Amino acid sequence: MNSSSSNVPTLTPTTYFRRQRTLATLIFTAVFALTIGAGALTRFDVVDMFTAIPRVAAWMAENLIPDAKSVSRLPRILDTLWDTVLMSIMASTLSAIAALPFALLGSTTTMIHPWVATAARIVASINRNIPVAAWALIFLLSFGQSQFTGFLALFFASFGFLTRVYMETIDETSSSSVEALRATGANWYHVVSQAVMPASLPQMISWELFVIETNIRSATLVGLLTGSGIGFLFDVYYKSLQYESAAMVVVALVVVVLAIEGISNVVRRRIL
Amino acid sequence: MPLLQVDQLVKDYGDVRALHGIDFDVDAGEFVAVIGPSGSGKTTLIRCINRLIEPTEGDIHFDGNAMRTLKGADLRAARARMGMIFQHYNLVTRLSVLENVLHGRLGYKSTMAGIFGFYSDEEKEKAVEVLTLLGLDAFVYRRSDQLSGGQKQRVGIARALVQDPRMILCDEPISSLDPSSSKVIMDYLKKIQTELGITLFVNLHQVDVAKRYADRILGFREGRLVFDGPPADLSGDVIRDIYGTEAGELIIE
Repeated sequence: MNSSSSNVPTLTPTTYFRRQRTLATLIFTAVFALTIGAGALTRFDVVDMFTAIPRVAAWMAENLIPDAKSVSRLPRILDTLWDTVLMSIMASTLSAIAALPFALLGSTTTMIHPWVATAARIVASINRNIPVAAWALIFLLSFGQSQFTGFLALFFASFGFLTRVYMETIDETSSSSVEALRATGANWYHVVSQAVMPASLPQMISWELFVIETNIRSATLVGLLTGSGIGFLFDVYYKSLQYESAAMVVVALVVVVLAIEGISNVVRRRIL
Repeated sequence: MPLLQVDQLVKDYGDVRALHGIDFDVDAGEFVAVIGPSGSGKTTLIRCINRLIEPTEGDIHFDGNAMRTLKGADLRAARARMGMIFQHYNLVTRLSVLENVLHGRLGYKSTMAGIFGFYSDEEKEKAVEVLTLLGLDAFVYRRSDQLSGGQKQRVGIARALVQDPRMILCDEPISSLDPSSSKVIMDYLKKIQTELGITLFVNLHQVDVAKRYADRILGFREGRLVFDGPPADLSGDVIRDIYGTEAGELIIE
């Protein structure tokens, strides 16, 4: 068809793969050098880290096995954990409700005006890029140590994340049917309720379940910072050197998180 | 008076002019096929007619409405009288066939009735009747992602028909279908024209299909209307002019 121009360097299979290999080698060398360099700068000794592992394991075996006293504290631990789980679910659910209108305004498929869309995306992006621990410290100043402070921190971090993934879900699942509904003469509310929501809801619920799981894990850290919930209980046991009870908290937490993950996997399989 | 009048229609995407002052009329009851290579402006044109894409300049009159001046409820009412079917069917695949077909009634609904999907008994009966006409009576309650491509396109046609349209815009209706499903779809479109008297405006990639089904062919090249006439006048020279010499030879074969 077209006559090939002669001044472009010819690419043969041999030179093509040689170039790919050179590139891979360069990238690998750069990453390796960066790791060594970072270790040297921060005086982090890799060898030391590996030789410390047996010592750490021995200490854990000695101190972190729950004893009879920590088992007797189980009711108190479970009670606090239940509060934390409920608080995480509440923060996740309310943030999903708040994220939905922002996602609808920010998605390219359903936006009503480019400026509004940009504003919605900026709000979501700011919320998402502040880590949950930073949120906790910010609200600690204004609301003090309380469950409510922890709730707010989880709420705002989840809100940013959910707005972002809901926007992507809407664009992914419904842009073609939105076009079809607009062509029939449907208005914005019709399009959202009849095309966008039926198409995106299962995936949105799936993300919401993911956020609930994540929030239960983060609630431990947030609780530590805001002096509430399971994180605070862990902190109290830990600082009073009752390592066995602190370990009991961790065991209970792992069991609950696994259970919730199991439940949400079942729900996810059913709806998707 | 023609059903559709397009006057000096221009569409720019930034610095790129996609349509260079297009003029043509379509009479009620015609079957018009639009042909031309990819990027010649067919898709832009069809979406300018119902204003899914905003034209840059020019006028479009449909059924007595100056389309470019319409806003809100008036635009919705005009769109309701114009069905549209798509290459990728554009159904809400998680919903049933019946629900998808009833979406064709949303242009006539108040905001609340549309949000909650309140359809009258007549509308539901009409939807089932149209599905029966298209041979889908066994699939009324089936989820639409369980259907084959040809069946999905028939749901798309049903959705357009319950709008009670004067014209149906078809954007590459058979480009994702195998030859036998394509024939089924084109035969239904022809039947809609001849038996229901609905005007059809169809973008097509297949010149032979256009010649066989259309009463009139519009040929586009690089955003310009270069041919407007009956299929009989679509000579080898015209096809070479629309598609370029090499591709033209392949099509004429």
